[in-house]
Amino acid sequence: MQEKTFNWRNAANYGLIGSVIMLYFSMIGMVEVFSTRDLIGDFFNMGHMLLYGGAIGVMLFAAKRITDHGGNFWLSTLIIGALSPVLPILLVILSLNFNLRPIFINVSPPLNELITLGLEPAAAGLVVFFIVTLVLVALTAAFTRLPGKIRSPLTTTIVYVLSIAIFSELIIQILNNPLIFGGFRLASLFFTGKSLDLIPAVVLFIGFFGLFYWRGNREPKAAAAPKTRPRLDPRRQWIQLGLIVIGLAVAPWILGLFLSQALFEVGRFVLMGLGLNIVVGYAGLLDLGYVAFFAFGAYVMGVMTTETTLNMGGGVVNFWLAIPIAVVVSVLFGVLLGFPVLRLRGDYLAIVTLGFGEIIRLLALSDWLAPLIGGAQGILKIPNPVLFGIDFNSPQLMYYLIVIGALIVGFVSIRLRDSRLGRQWMAMREDEDVAEAMGINLVQTKLLAFAIGAGFSGLAGAIFAARLGTIFPHSFSLLISINALALIIVGGLGSIPGVIVGAIALVGLPELLREFTEYRLLMYGILLIVMMLIRPEGFLPAEVFKRELHAGEEQPEFSGAVAD
Amino acid sequence: MDKLLSARNVTKRFGGLVAVNDLTVEIDPGQIYAVIGPNGAGKTTFFNVITGFYKLDEGIVEFDGRPINGLSTDIITRLGIARTYQNIRLFSNMTALENILVGQHPKLKTFWAEAVWKSKRFQEEEAQAHEEANRLLSFVGLRGQGDTLARNLPYGAQRRLEIARAIASDPKLLLLDEPTAGMNPNETAEMTEFIRDLRNELGITILMIEHDMRVVMGISEEITVMDFGQKIAEGNPNEIQGNPAVIEAYLGRGAASGLGDRSSESEPAG
Repeated sequence: MQEKTFNWRNAANYGLIGSVIMLYFSMIGMVEVFSTRDLIGDFFNMGHMLLYGGAIGVMLFAAKRITDHGGNFWLSTLIIGALSPVLPILLVILSLNFNLRPIFINVSPPLNELITLGLEPAAAGLVVFFIVTLVLVALTAAFTRLPGKIRSPLTTTIVYVLSIAIFSELIIQILNNPLIFGGFRLASLFFTGKSLDLIPAVVLFIGFFGLFYWRGNREPKAAAAPKTRPRLDPRRQWIQLGLIVIGLAVAPWILGLFLSQALFEVGRFVLMGLGLNIVVGYAGLLDLGYVAFFAFGAYVMGVMTTETTLNMGGGVVNFWLAIPIAVVVSVLFGVLLGFPVLRLRGDYLAIVTLGFGEIIRLLALSDWLAPLIGGAQGILKIPNPVLFGIDFNSPQLMYYLIVIGALIVGFVSIRLRDSRLGRQWMAMREDEDVAEAMGINLVQTKLLAFAIGAGFSGLAGAIFAARLGTIFPHSFSLLISINALALIIVGGLGSIPGVIVGAIALVGLPELLREFTEYRLLMYGILLIVMMLIRPEGFLPAEVFKRELHAGEEQPEFSGAVAD
Repeated sequence: MDKLLSARNVTKRFGGLVAVNDLTVEIDPGQIYAVIGPNGAGKTTFFNVITGFYKLDEGIVEFDGRPINGLSTDIITRLGIARTYQNIRLFSNMTALENILVGQHPKLKTFWAEAVWKSKRFQEEEAQAHEEANRLLSFVGLRGQGDTLARNLPYGAQRRLEIARAIASDPKLLLLDEPTAGMNPNETAEMTEFIRDLRNELGITILMIEHDMRVVMGISEEITVMDFGQKIAEGNPNEIQGNPAVIEAYLGRGAASGLGDRSSESEPAG
């Protein structure tokens, strides 16, 4: 049954959803953990953002429904705004009268203080909290009613200012970098600790808004021009490529030691993501045991280059020799895994590969292989790579290795995608039976996808082992596979830029926001659900998936041009 | 004369159901051959047996003088048998051009890894393949629509694209499964002409399943009629039209259709 009009009951539902979200984030302790991180001045922290974000988000979502279904806009807003704070208020009242902590460990005095905005007595604080929430929801509702000319620059401005506040650490690093601004501590002008000061925040807000408003009003002229996408001439592409390379080269020196480590992590997952993208994105083979190949790469590197274990070439084989061996071994195991699962499709394939990944992890952990690969203790003292007498002992230098690896792998991916093999993979993804009837050898095509994906992952594993110097079986948990899969889904299946964006979003951001670490999986879950609802094709989709998921919304184009 | 395709005493069972029973079909090179019969007669199963999608239980299928039963689908395609499907099965999220490029797969010879360093051989082959694909697009009347997604093409165009994809592999024998299904009379007439062109201009032998009697009687040179998996009649269109067993099995008693009207003048059904 579908309601024709949006009545007070719908509004109440939305209000309660907002309230439940606020309560949930409070009770799992996320609000409290986040509140330790000030965003703007010392009065607005990430805890506030999360707490009120629940109500604001629900209001944003509801606003469109209300207008679409002809509800009373301001009355609905009032109901949503008034109901949202109810459950957190009840929580505070309960926790003040009863000791809830034995059961709900996160319902703590700091949480109460945050909700009551630090006011005494608590009752007064709760009233203020109620009013603040109501006002914020009303403002949100008013915001959705603004004309687009103002609303879109305002949205961009809010996002920018919040991003600057949230990623202050990154910006402080850059501003304080002695290589760029000399010894001058530029960051102290804008930031106190990690928090953006109020006055710079206001200045930035006005500045950004002015800029985007001006640009927004200029745009209609540009939009009136015929909407043909200019073909990039190769010279411009080379210049762009050059800029990217220079950017990648200087990045670790601008960002400093800690963030270089984060960059390395991103690079590692880009490398894995590119490999998995071939298996899942191109060939459509859902592989959940992908971490196994990463483990092969890492263990080959460990076993070949250290002297402690069975002395398989330890001391003789160096990093550079071990890299190709690691890749070849991973490829072989990719083929080996491929054979038994050739006939499986979809869910069955996912389950079997999942099992395969776990088997490899348990083998690494087992006593049986312990003499060779160290069992639970893993392999220690894997030497750093050395090239021309330079010891790759810093995160910055290792970062270069992973970037070079990712560039090579990305290049190979693009070339293969645009070749006969790429078409074979896509045809197989679209319809396996028909692909076979087109003369495509499914066995060969599938094995190639598994083998190439495994090779890329093995490369990532080998570099990872050398970077860390030690490897343990627990570094190769199922979670790595899930991470890699989530990032290519978030970025856009089958899309190479999507892999990079996905890796930055799912691996890079949590490194920047260590407050997230504890709640990383929760954030993944929320992000994936939201993505599936509003942008199922991912942030930067491959054209194919965009078309597939938005079928019917687009007009067929008839252009004579043929892709080269 | 050597037969191009010779399926002798073919039987295919699914559990207790005998889908194709002791069927013998022999096709000369250059023929347009039709298999007709009521729904569920086993025609598509027969196609699936020829293309190796189903393994047959008894009998033998010879193509171009060599047995092909037991070979896998992709190898049979490489030997020169291409097909289309009753319900169009294009790679719907790939462009028209890409569909045809996939169809050319058996003809492309370069090693897959050559694409990484773009060897001269690879580039030449790709350029040639694109040229050929565009030529085929024009041949099926889809000139300039190479970048359109297959799913966005009109129905008739999808049918023709599917045929273009099939003939991209330069087959000797083309299996068409109801090429005019769901078409209006105009489109059907066009498709009929098109099938004739395939044979006359490209020299491709055609084996088709078809329900539209005007198409069948208009272009096929030899017809096999199937019912309940068995062949109940074989011959040229005239012989088939006059065959009482066909009329009864195929049309039922007193059914009115193109064939019924035409043949009821000479011989009342039943």
